[in-house]
Amino acid sequence: MEIKFQFNSLTDFISMSGHGPYVWVCYILTLLALVYLLISPILAQRQFKKSLQRQDKIAKAQLYNQENGAE
Amino acid sequence: MAWTWFHQWGSPKWFYLKTGPLLPWLAVLAISLLVVGCVWGLAFAPVDAKQGNSYRIIYIHVPAAFLSLAGYYVMAIAGAIGLIWKMKVSYIVMRSAAMIGAVLTFVSLFTGAIWGKPTWGTWWVWDARITFQLLLFFLYIGVLALQNAFEREESANKASAVLALVGTVNIPLIYKSVDWWYTLHQPATIKFTEASTIAPSMMYPLLVMVIGFYCFYGLALILHTRKAILFRERKSSWVKELLV
Repeated sequence: MEIKFQFNSLTDFISMSGHGPYVWVCYILTLLALVYLLISPILAQRQFKKSLQRQDKIAKAQLYNQENGAE
Repeated sequence: MAWTWFHQWGSPKWFYLKTGPLLPWLAVLAISLLVVGCVWGLAFAPVDAKQGNSYRIIYIHVPAAFLSLAGYYVMAIAGAIGLIWKMKVSYIVMRSAAMIGAVLTFVSLFTGAIWGKPTWGTWWVWDARITFQLLLFFLYIGVLALQNAFEREESANKASAVLALVGTVNIPLIYKSVDWWYTLHQPATIKFTEASTIAPSMMYPLLVMVIGFYCFYGLALILHTRKAILFRERKSSWVKELLV
């Protein structure tokens, strides 16, 4: 089995003898879908972590105020 | 006891902690396989004698379609485990699988439509396999929609698990459709029981892509499940200790 580059030039590779638009649209959409599937839970988790930390800060500040404000 | 592992995986905390170390390995494996498979399939696999270069869509269409079916089993089995053993984690896995499955089914339908235009001369045709694949997409969407249709989480989980299980009828229909109703969609070219009808030089990159998609699926499923676990367990002390 011989493995070699199947196109004469980069333009030829991009145009894919006329089928370029079909092929590239498919690959780009798939790339976007896969990136979305990977990135969305990571971003959501990061945001969730931040909101938990913020809540914790507020809770600690309130506790501090209660303890010191009462005097 | 031999079954302790099963119950351990049913614990959200156990699942979260044990899957963490797997992530970098799975990510490297999935991404490198997908990159190698794409470059090989797009630039180095030979041109198809009949379809020209449009056939290169096969390298994403077929793996996406494979995973849309395998992912349905994951979702249905997770739903069944949830119904039988009432495990929290399994319902979360079911929900993650529904989300990922819906996206992959959409990818398979979309790439199929684009591929159909230069090959069959049409974007869409009510061929048996394509129709059942569209039904698969609606089943995934249905499971996701049912999750939000109930006020009580338990009822939502049960209803969507039942829908997922009933929908498994559709899976053998998709597999067998190309043999039972020989209309437009071509039959399978990769066969496990006899010689494949695809040249090895075209098949190897396809195999790389299929394995890459499987790894990607595992990675995405774990990521989505971990995120949902943290949110669901936000009141418990281990999540606070871990994140704050």
